[in-house]
Amino acid sequence: MTTAIMTVTRHLALVGTPNSGKTALFNALTGGRQKVANYPGVTVERKAGAIDTPGGRRINLIDLPGTYSLRGRSPDEEITRDVVLGRLASEPPPDLLLCVADATNPRVALRLAIELKKVGRPLLLVLNMIDIARRRGIDIDLEKLSAELAVPVVTSVAVRRGGTAELLQHVDELLVEELATKGNNTWSPPSNSELRAAQREADRILRIAVGMPKRPETLTGRLDAVLLHPVGGLLILLLLLFVMFQAVFAWARPLMDVISTAFEALGGIAHDLLPEGLLQSFVRNGVISGVGNVVVFVPQILILFLFILLLEDLGYMARAAFLMDRIMGGAGLHGRAFIPLLSSFACAIPGIMATRVIDNRRDRLTTILVAPLMTCSARIPVYTLIISAFIPDKQVWGIVGLQGLVMFGLYAAGILSALGVSFIANHFFWRDNATPPFMLELPDYKLPKLRSVAIGVYVRAMMFLKRAGTTIFSMMVLIWFLASFPRPPAGTTEPAISYSLAAMIGGWIEPLLAPIGFNWQISVALVPGMAAREVAVAALGTVYAIEGGKEAAEQIGTALASKWSLATALALLVWYIFAPQCASTLAVIKRETGSWRWMAITFTYMVALAYVAAFITYNVSLALGAG
Amino acid sequence: MEDDHRLRDAQRGIPLGLAPRGFRGRIASIEVGEGGHGLTAIELERRLLELGFVEGATVEILHEGPLGRDPIAVRLIDATVAVRRREAMAVYVT
Repeated sequence: MTTAIMTVTRHLALVGTPNSGKTALFNALTGGRQKVANYPGVTVERKAGAIDTPGGRRINLIDLPGTYSLRGRSPDEEITRDVVLGRLASEPPPDLLLCVADATNPRVALRLAIELKKVGRPLLLVLNMIDIARRRGIDIDLEKLSAELAVPVVTSVAVRRGGTAELLQHVDELLVEELATKGNNTWSPPSNSELRAAQREADRILRIAVGMPKRPETLTGRLDAVLLHPVGGLLILLLLLFVMFQAVFAWARPLMDVISTAFEALGGIAHDLLPEGLLQSFVRNGVISGVGNVVVFVPQILILFLFILLLEDLGYMARAAFLMDRIMGGAGLHGRAFIPLLSSFACAIPGIMATRVIDNRRDRLTTILVAPLMTCSARIPVYTLIISAFIPDKQVWGIVGLQGLVMFGLYAAGILSALGVSFIANHFFWRDNATPPFMLELPDYKLPKLRSVAIGVYVRAMMFLKRAGTTIFSMMVLIWFLASFPRPPAGTTEPAISYSLAAMIGGWIEPLLAPIGFNWQISVALVPGMAAREVAVAALGTVYAIEGGKEAAEQIGTALASKWSLATALALLVWYIFAPQCASTLAVIKRETGSWRWMAITFTYMVALAYVAAFITYNVSLALGAG
Repeated sequence: MEDDHRLRDAQRGIPLGLAPRGFRGRIASIEVGEGGHGLTAIELERRLLELGFVEGATVEILHEGPLGRDPIAVRLIDATVAVRRREAMAVYVT
């Protein structure tokens, strides 16, 4: 072996059907050495990682989106096809294709391997999860399989240390011969009869090379009898969702409080160290609170993705989609949309990131569109402030508190409007697009491998910090800028914000907001309130010159009760159900959809909805004498 | 002619979409009817083929969804696949 071979980076691509254990194998091969980004111009995730083989080769392994065929009917599958065929300009053509098959169920993957042979690139079939297959008594004759298929075959156990040694050794051997075996590309999109023929060929090979046990595995069947039970299964799912919601909502709270306190303390240090003035304000209210606003979401994202990845690896996610398909389908949502939407009750940001579990782009976009309508935890301070100041604390019908009832109504309004928007989007917006059929494999249950889950959670958190974080941070700095410039003249008694650009913008939008009952103070507070919904509470305090920020909420409430009419208060509540008062959510939508367009659409429809609903509320309240 | 039809229907079997839970059989043919799927007939057939629905494969309906007995979980040889009954209408089983 010459040093030349040693230094050339070889490109390998992992191809496989969904549920083939491809991701687990990728995590096992690359460990933490992976980079997640997007392919240029599309929102498809590009996962790549470096491996050093025992033979001293440096390999760049790319994990391609799961596919049943190279046909490319979605952007994800197009990427898989183009990379495999070496058509993508940004991606070097792979030196070797690794076709991953679940050894316990290789039937469909074998057909994919037959199709991949036509590409003419060196191909290696990897029978993953061979340990489980052997334990179940599945008898695979590797030599026969390899001979019939005319493709080298190797086994692997992605979840065990050293389970990929044989695979890497094979890769080394193949890369030595590789130059000689490059054939011609005879691939063309398979017709239906070619697909049939390929599957029959795969089935023929399986009959020769694989002996299935007489007594098939029954654990999955026994679990499914309970977990897919029409009543019991739904109850278990609801229970699971409740625990998950609690976890994202409540368990993340202490961590988030720690982060908030830490950043406040940091702000305090900045306050003490720096002289009063612009620099201090920038470091404290711009940079530190900007970074804090990004980092504070991390606990929720970690917890949510821990749940999602565990359930996914366990094989439960497909079952949950199965149970929810018809229930969600009535509103035009995919069965898998329930987790993102549920998470959005805590915060739309992890919720929108969680829409990655939905494969279909159209279903995913619909879910992203409605996720911010779910009542997130940041709305709660605003709701409680206004409710406690304006809604009398009395009982209705003897048992229910009126304040609680209003709170419930706000939650219900969010859910109903989300269902309504997705229904409308499906019937009017997407009309040119076909309703995607619900077809998916229900994989056998497997114990999740913690290492693989941990890598997945880590990658998500880093992605959020790097990609969404930068956008959120810059928006925070922009909002700080708007609220701080120009500086107030010396010796003024008015709050500083009344001289700022935010106040100017508030002044401009005030005539627009007057018909929905908002005065100029509210209009001004809405500008810094774009940073996050709960910031509006502190901003109102600032505008009404009440010192003490969040702690002074009670005081603010009393002040508001004397200055606003009930109609104005109700209109503001309704505004907050719908209004996109959260720059971070918009930033994440931009990042996740890869386009300003979807961010603009979300912003516009939410503002329109908020305006119309607040207008109706204000005027109806006035008519009923709540002026 | 009449007999021909009957013979063909017998070979063709019933649509999997109409079969009850617990049904066991073998796929006789994949024939996509017109309309209502939001996909062209060829595309739906292709997706069924890609999931492994081919003539001769054994099927068993294992589970039904909680609403309207839909979707269905089908044991297809050694794999379990979930499809809506509407799409399963294209799979004829005997």
